[in-house]
Amino acid sequence: MTNAPAKAPEEQIESIQVEESARGRFGSIIREMEIDTRMLGMILALLVIWIGFHFWSGKGSWSNGTFLTARNLWNLSVQTAAVGIMATGMVLVIVSRNIDLSVGSMLAVLGMAMAMLQAEILPDYLDFGSPWIWVISLAAGIVMGAVLGAFQGVIIAHVGVPSFIVTLGGLLVWRGAAWMMASGRTIAPMDATFQLLGGGARGTIGATWSWVVGVLAAVGIVVLLINNRRQRIRYGFHVRPRWADYSIGVFSIAVVLGAVGYLNSYLLPPRLAEQRGGGDIAFGLANPVLIAIAVVLAITFIATRLRFGRYVYAIGGNPEAAELAGIKTKATIVKTFALMGILVGIGAAVQVARLNAAVSGLGQLTELYVIAAAVIGGTSLSGGIGTIPGAMLGALVMQSLQSGMALVGVETAAQDIAVGVVLVVAVAFDTVYRRRSAA
Amino acid sequence: MTTTTDRGTPLVELRDIRVAFGGVHAVDGVTVDLYPGEVVALVGGNGAGKTTLIRTLSGAHKADSGQIFINGERVVIESPRDAKTHAIETIYQTLALAENIDAPSNMFLGRELATRWGTLNDRAMENAAVQVMGRLNPKFQNFKVPVQSLSGGQRQSVAIARAVHFNAKILIMDEPTAALGPAETEQVNDLIQQLKAEGIGIFLISHDIHDVFDLADRISVMLQGKLVGTVNKTDVTKDEVLGMIIMGKLPSEVSATELEQLHD
Repeated sequence: MTNAPAKAPEEQIESIQVEESARGRFGSIIREMEIDTRMLGMILALLVIWIGFHFWSGKGSWSNGTFLTARNLWNLSVQTAAVGIMATGMVLVIVSRNIDLSVGSMLAVLGMAMAMLQAEILPDYLDFGSPWIWVISLAAGIVMGAVLGAFQGVIIAHVGVPSFIVTLGGLLVWRGAAWMMASGRTIAPMDATFQLLGGGARGTIGATWSWVVGVLAAVGIVVLLINNRRQRIRYGFHVRPRWADYSIGVFSIAVVLGAVGYLNSYLLPPRLAEQRGGGDIAFGLANPVLIAIAVVLAITFIATRLRFGRYVYAIGGNPEAAELAGIKTKATIVKTFALMGILVGIGAAVQVARLNAAVSGLGQLTELYVIAAAVIGGTSLSGGIGTIPGAMLGALVMQSLQSGMALVGVETAAQDIAVGVVLVVAVAFDTVYRRRSAA
Repeated sequence: MTTTTDRGTPLVELRDIRVAFGGVHAVDGVTVDLYPGEVVALVGGNGAGKTTLIRTLSGAHKADSGQIFINGERVVIESPRDAKTHAIETIYQTLALAENIDAPSNMFLGRELATRWGTLNDRAMENAAVQVMGRLNPKFQNFKVPVQSLSGGQRQSVAIARAVHFNAKILIMDEPTAALGPAETEQVNDLIQQLKAEGIGIFLISHDIHDVFDLADRISVMLQGKLVGTVNKTDVTKDEVLGMIIMGKLPSEVSATELEQLHD
C-alpha cells in the first residue's frame, strides 16, 4: 500500500469551495438532501431508457407505446428478479476482489438437480402432490448451491488459485455436469406448488396483498427516516433540513405506492378471471419479485449490519490490512462464495419454476448478465466498493434494455451488441465520475 | 551492552529470532528485549531487518526459529490475533487501513462492538472513536468518510488510535511519524511520552536518529539482519550510533578517525 500524498487541509477546503460554486443551486439541493448522485444518475438513465423505448415501441407516439404498459412492466419485474437475486451476491464477491464466472453453469446444475428431484426421484417415495416434494427440492437446491460455492471458495482462499481460474473451471465443469445429470434431456413438469416460485398467472399475490406490501414498504421508509434523524440528533451529527426529509419521504412513498397501483392495473385475461369467479382480478406483485425484494433486504442487512459484511468490504479495501487486523480472511472468502451459491440456488429455483422445466442449457451467459448488473450498479472490479440496491438497479437497467429491444423487434445479434456497448459506456462514465470526485 | 538483568523480567524478549526469505537471512539470530515504561528504538539502514524482526512479534510473519517471551513466559505468536491476545498492538509503516471504510470501522476492524442481537454497533464504535481521537488529535472530525479521503496525518491518527484504544501493554510503532508534518510529529512524540509514563513498553522503529535520541531509552542497531548491539542512549553519541548503523561497529570498537569520516 502506498500512502497517498498528504494534502494540506487548506487545499482541500479550497477545492470543495470551487466545486460548490460551479455546481450551483441544484447541486446544493442535492447535497442538502444527501442523495447519492451516482444512484440518481442511474435512476435518470433508467427513466430515459424506459421513455425512449415507450416512444420507440409506439413508433414515436406516446399513446401507442407499449413499453410502459402495466403488462410490460409487470413482465419486466419478473424477468429482472432472477438476475437481480444473483447480482446481490455477485456484489459481495466482486467487493472482496474476486469474481464468479460459474454462476450460469451452477444455475444449470442446481436447476437440474431440483427438477430431477421433484419430477423423477421424490415421487417414488412421496405421495403425488405432497408439499414435501417442493420443500425438499428447493432446500436441496439451496444447500447444494452453498456446498458448491463453498467448495470453489475453499480452492480460492485456502489453495490460493485465483477466483477467475477456479470459477472459469467451474463454468465448464458445472455445465458439463448439468448435461450429464440428465443426459441432455429436458426435465418437466415441475411440482404445482414449486411453479408458484416463478410467477405466472398463479404465482402472484393479487391486488390486496400487493397493497399490503406497498403500505408496509411505506411504513418502513417512514421508520427509517425518523430513526436516522433521531440518531443524528442524538450524536450531534449534521441533520438534514426538515424539508429534505419530508420531500424524500413523500417522493419514495409515492414511487412505491404508484408502482404497486400501476402494476395492479394489469388484470388477468377474462378467461382466467372467470375461473376464479370473474370480474377484474389483478395479477399483483409476482412471487419472484417478492423473493428478489426479500433478498435485497437480507443481503443489504448482511453487508452493512453484520461483521461478515464489514469484513468483506475491508478485505476488498485492503486485504493485507484485513489480515493484520486479525480477520479470518480465508473463512470470509469461503463464506462469500457459499452465499453466492445459495443465491444461485434461489435464482435457479425461480428460473426453473418459471420455465416449468429444466434443460442443460439453462443459465447460459447468465454469469455475464449477473456480473454486468453488479458492475453497472456501481460495483468496482478493483474491489471494496459496491452496493446491493445498486446491483438490483443495474439488473433492472440491463433487463429494460434487453426486453425493450425485444419489444421493438431489434434482432438478437444487435441486442447483444447494444448491451455490450452499454456495459462499457456505463463503466466508463463511472470511472470518470469516480476520478473526478476523488480528485 | 546486552540485556541488563538487574531490572527483573523484561516485558518482552525476542530471543535468537531467525527469518529467511528464500536463501536470504532477513533476520539472523537477533535477541532484543523491552521493559515496561521503556522505549527501545530499533534502527538500521534499509533492509537491515528491523521491520521483519518486529513483524514476528506482531504476528504478521512467522519466525523460522527463535522464541518470544512475555513477562518471562514463552508464548507462540502465529497470527495477528495471537499478538492481540497478548496485548501487543502494532502501528504499521503502511498504516494497514482499509481505505474504503471509515475511521471508527477501521479502529474496530476485527474487534467490532456488537449489539445484543449480534449486529454491528456502529454508534458505540463511533462514540469510542470520538473519545480516543479527542485525546490524540482533537481537530479530527471526519468520522463518517472513508479513510482514503483523509490526509496523511489524519490517517496516521486513525492507525495510532486503533493501537492505543485496546489497552496495549506492548506497542510496536514502525516509522509512526513518516507521513507527518512537524506539528503532528510533535503530537505523536508527546503521545509516546504519555504512553511510556503509563507503563507501556514501546518498540520504536525509526530512521530519524534525532527522534530516536529524543524518545528512546535504549537503542538496538541492526545491520544486514544481525544485531550490532544494544546501547543505553545516555552512554552514546549520535555519531557513535551512526557508526553502528553504517559500519556495524560498537562504540568501543570504533576509532575517532572513523567517526570523522562519517561526515565526509
